[in-house]
Amino acid sequence: MQRIGVFVCHCGTNIAGTVDVKAVAQALKNEPGVVFSTDYQYMCSQAGQDIIKAAIAEHQLSGIVVCSCSPRMHEATFRKTAAAAGLNPYMVEIANIREQCSWVHKEMPVGTEKAIILGKAAVAKVNLNAPLTPGESPVTKRALVIGGGIAGIQTALDIADAGFPVDIVETKPTIGGKMAQLDKTFPTLDCAACILTPKMVDVAQNENVRIFSYSEVTDVKGFVGNFEVTIKRKARFVKEDVCTGCGACTEKCPQKKVPNEFNLGMDNRRAIYIPFAQAVPKVATIDPNYCTMLQKGKCGLCAKVCTAGAIDYQAKDEFIQEKYGAIVVATGFNPISMEKFDEFAYAQSKDVITSLELERLMNAAGPTGGTLLRPSDGEHPHTIVFVQCVGSRCEACAEKGKEYCSKICCMYTAKHAMLIRDKYPDTDVYVFYIDVRTPGKNFDEFYRRAVEEYGVHYIKGMVGKVSPEGGKLKVQASDLLDGKQLHIDADMVVLAAAIEPDKSARPLATMLTASMDTNDFFTEAHPKLRPVESPTAGVFLSGTCQGPKDIPETVSQAGAAASKVIGLLCKDKLTGNPCVAHSDELMCNGCSTCERVCPYGAISYQEKEFRMPDRTTKIRRIAVVNEAVCQGCGACTVACMSGAMDLRGFMNKQIMAEVDAICK
Amino acid sequence: MQEINCEVLVSKAAELLEKGTVDRVLGWKAGEFDYDITPAVFHSEQELKDGFVWNDFCGANFSKYLIKETGKSENKVLVFLKPCDTYSFNQLLTEHRFDREKVYAVGVPCSGMLDIGKVKQSAEGIAAVREEGGEVVVDTLYDGSISLKREALLPDRCANCKSKKHVAYDELLGEEGEAVSSARFDEVEKLERMTPDERFAFWQGELSRCIRCNACRDVCPACTCEKCVFDNPNSGVENKAAANSFEEKMFHVIRAFHVAGRCTDCGECSRVCPQHIPLHLLNRKFIKDIDSFYGEYQAGAEVGSRAPIVDYKTDDLEPGEAVGGGENA
Amino acid sequence: MQVKEYKPLIVAFCCNWCSYAGADLAGNNRLNYPAEVKIIRVPCSCRVNPMFILRAFQRGADGVILCGCHPGDCHYTSGNYYTRRRMALLFSMLDYLGIERERTRVEWVSAAEGAKFAATMNDFAEKVASLGENKRLEDLRCKK
Repeated sequence: MQRIGVFVCHCGTNIAGTVDVKAVAQALKNEPGVVFSTDYQYMCSQAGQDIIKAAIAEHQLSGIVVCSCSPRMHEATFRKTAAAAGLNPYMVEIANIREQCSWVHKEMPVGTEKAIILGKAAVAKVNLNAPLTPGESPVTKRALVIGGGIAGIQTALDIADAGFPVDIVETKPTIGGKMAQLDKTFPTLDCAACILTPKMVDVAQNENVRIFSYSEVTDVKGFVGNFEVTIKRKARFVKEDVCTGCGACTEKCPQKKVPNEFNLGMDNRRAIYIPFAQAVPKVATIDPNYCTMLQKGKCGLCAKVCTAGAIDYQAKDEFIQEKYGAIVVATGFNPISMEKFDEFAYAQSKDVITSLELERLMNAAGPTGGTLLRPSDGEHPHTIVFVQCVGSRCEACAEKGKEYCSKICCMYTAKHAMLIRDKYPDTDVYVFYIDVRTPGKNFDEFYRRAVEEYGVHYIKGMVGKVSPEGGKLKVQASDLLDGKQLHIDADMVVLAAAIEPDKSARPLATMLTASMDTNDFFTEAHPKLRPVESPTAGVFLSGTCQGPKDIPETVSQAGAAASKVIGLLCKDKLTGNPCVAHSDELMCNGCSTCERVCPYGAISYQEKEFRMPDRTTKIRRIAVVNEAVCQGCGACTVACMSGAMDLRGFMNKQIMAEVDAICK
Repeated sequence: MQEINCEVLVSKAAELLEKGTVDRVLGWKAGEFDYDITPAVFHSEQELKDGFVWNDFCGANFSKYLIKETGKSENKVLVFLKPCDTYSFNQLLTEHRFDREKVYAVGVPCSGMLDIGKVKQSAEGIAAVREEGGEVVVDTLYDGSISLKREALLPDRCANCKSKKHVAYDELLGEEGEAVSSARFDEVEKLERMTPDERFAFWQGELSRCIRCNACRDVCPACTCEKCVFDNPNSGVENKAAANSFEEKMFHVIRAFHVAGRCTDCGECSRVCPQHIPLHLLNRKFIKDIDSFYGEYQAGAEVGSRAPIVDYKTDDLEPGEAVGGGENA
Repeated sequence: MQVKEYKPLIVAFCCNWCSYAGADLAGNNRLNYPAEVKIIRVPCSCRVNPMFILRAFQRGADGVILCGCHPGDCHYTSGNYYTRRRMALLFSMLDYLGIERERTRVEWVSAAEGAKFAATMNDFAEKVASLGENKRLEDLRCKK
């Protein structure tokens, strides 16, 4: 039996004005378990807290009920008071007789009666309370960043600058991501490489950062502060620490017909290659799908020309395991496939390209050396049509497009249009749009410059059809404002393809037990208040893996994610919330239902041997809650049929007792 | 009459015992009367020949028995499953309640079981029940033989059979059937069309007969908890003498809720109820609501499926809008 | 016929993060609602087991209301989505048993919606009061 003390607060006249506090204290004195009951003007004051402490000592109280303001106000205060007096802080319950009683009811008898009932409910609950101790877990002071684009690079740099070691895992042979493929950036038109490559060098030179390029995360175990991650280092057949990046091999390799993914297949590379001049790490990689030596066992030319002796045809995939305290997801995006958009003849004509392909065509390091030429015949295009929202905001075309707005297309199209008009003033540029969306600093000004200074023809309306005919692209479109059909003979058509999360995101989310929306964007812990945290503790989100973003937004989110990681890694120990779920193994059926509703992946299963009443043993599957991961929502407790799963601090019995006390 | 006769089952069982595929057989054993069939475990061909029965009264769903039975030996157990049993079988596998490797499942086609209650309404003093020329013939002690239409003797679950298809087996006897479109929700809809007062009166009439024998729970293949909340003093709803209130009704509502999304609609609850309460109408209400609110879902149709009640969509309808049924609902 | 003013007993389960805070805000703003409404704090609306609701009715509650964060705003990301499905099914079942629909309700109340909280409680209490006492679930065993 508990020994419960009841403390009724007047809160000046806030409570006492509508509630007869003495009557409440008196009435609760007779409740089961109550051995002491009193009232005081301000329970939260030092003097009030001293009354509680003294009573705990004098009456050997095992639990207390404070009838006062909302627990959201002073629960923490009274828990500290209890702890100071040697009572477990979770043996404190608050009856909210201010916000939910005296302040909303006007008549004294009504308020008093309700306050008594609320007090009784709290007493009934405390009778069933048990002391709780928050669990503690250590923190591995190392972070993992998955993805080496601008989001990953920025996050890693910020974490490293705070003094914590960071590993970047990137699937490609080099970091840099999509930004490395861009030519200029809006709205300032500075060159992407000029602002990105120094960051790539910084990250490569930072002592706190390790880059695992050409690598993938294959397994994640553990929980916040204590993740164990397996990283697959794909065989690149070149010793990373020996290769000097001189590039001799990439010039001698006889296999010249490999589509160059960095230029989106618009030119070729060799079977041994360095993706681009500023690649980090600047190390060659052999593409096993094209290398004659690896395919047929003949050639070996690269090994002959490599003075450093870096080539290793025998290399195998390696798996390394590392522990991390925090994981940042920065897996980025890709433009969606245009193959299904027959109306724009993407698959039929080389001169219908995506905006990202245009970036490469305009880039000095691109396939055309930065001169804008038609892919089909290498001629200068004189009429270029841009089509906005290809596959974006596309409710009716779910099988090929996306319902959401890809956000960045309006701005980069304005950029492209402006750059083309600037460099080739004889070129006519048309942009077909649904709306032009330019919320962002200096964005609308930028767009207006495209229209007003550069004379780009912005036409509200969608392109209905593009048909290649006699070396031209016949563009059929509607002008919604003029209500006219337009026919334009274009030399090039540029499609602003919707962007989608990288395909690696979904399996990664499963490994991390991080939730995703239906579009495979990672879900944030709270859409407004916790935008860079995943609901899974210790997993953070950076960049477009969370939703479409431009570079400045990505960089700011990267910094925000880094600061959350730093905040976590600064701690030596993580103190858990003791009000977490717990499964009674004797009652658990091992049915996996609780696991299905857990938003945090806190529940796992193990086989356990039980001694049966008839002295035999039986192996049963039972649920185990990882208390460091559980956030205490209680979804599992209702999903559990047998009632094996219960929530500490809000146990079935306790809530039932409150219900009973109220419904008397 | 069943499509496959008893001898085929016995010889299949004997063959599997002989080959060592299994070391025991979960089957049906005759009781005092033809219609009084109980589940039993057979270990040898002789035992099978002596006691194995397969007739129109072998309604028992064996899936639940596998939980305990598979724990008894390292060897496989042979189980005969009617189409509806296979759904429960899968559902239990979804919930990891037994080891699939320890079971050899033989699918048996089923042309519907008979409801002895319905037979008894037309015939007193039943000595034997047999099939003759497509009709059910009941030999009685007092009135000679009575011919009855088979359709009239089917219990609701068979009259409204949802599927003749086996969704799980290692071996199938006879032809594979198909899921059938049944009128199984007609009764539920009829209730939904009533006024709340009429519905209340209906359930008051039905559920007040409950004697809390727990037969429905004990037979239910979805009620497999190691410890039922109604047996657990910590749950707050444990069994008490139903003196003060309506606890029997609560028992049925809570039980139906606990099996919601997991109930395969096998109808065992209604079959075993000694008070003939149409308990399946509670479960079918949940099934119907789940189908209409969240899209069709058949528990046990496949192993590992996620029941709608442990799933969600962001645009689900609100509880206030979720009206399952007619204008009076 | 003289009808004595009848006060319904109402149990309100409120999630800690949104609705309980919304109730506090109603208090801060001194927005009245009937004293018959008694709030039980739960971490999330998904903590509310149908057994709690049935128990309340069994013990004589005339109405039970569940309040949680708005869909999409759950502190635990998905708790209220589960609540929504569970309660849709439970309430539909109670309705099927002939229990008046107005005795049960789910309402999404954010921490900023003190006014909505008070208005909801006023409205709910009024509706429940118009139904009269909960005889059907509270009453003794069904008898023929």
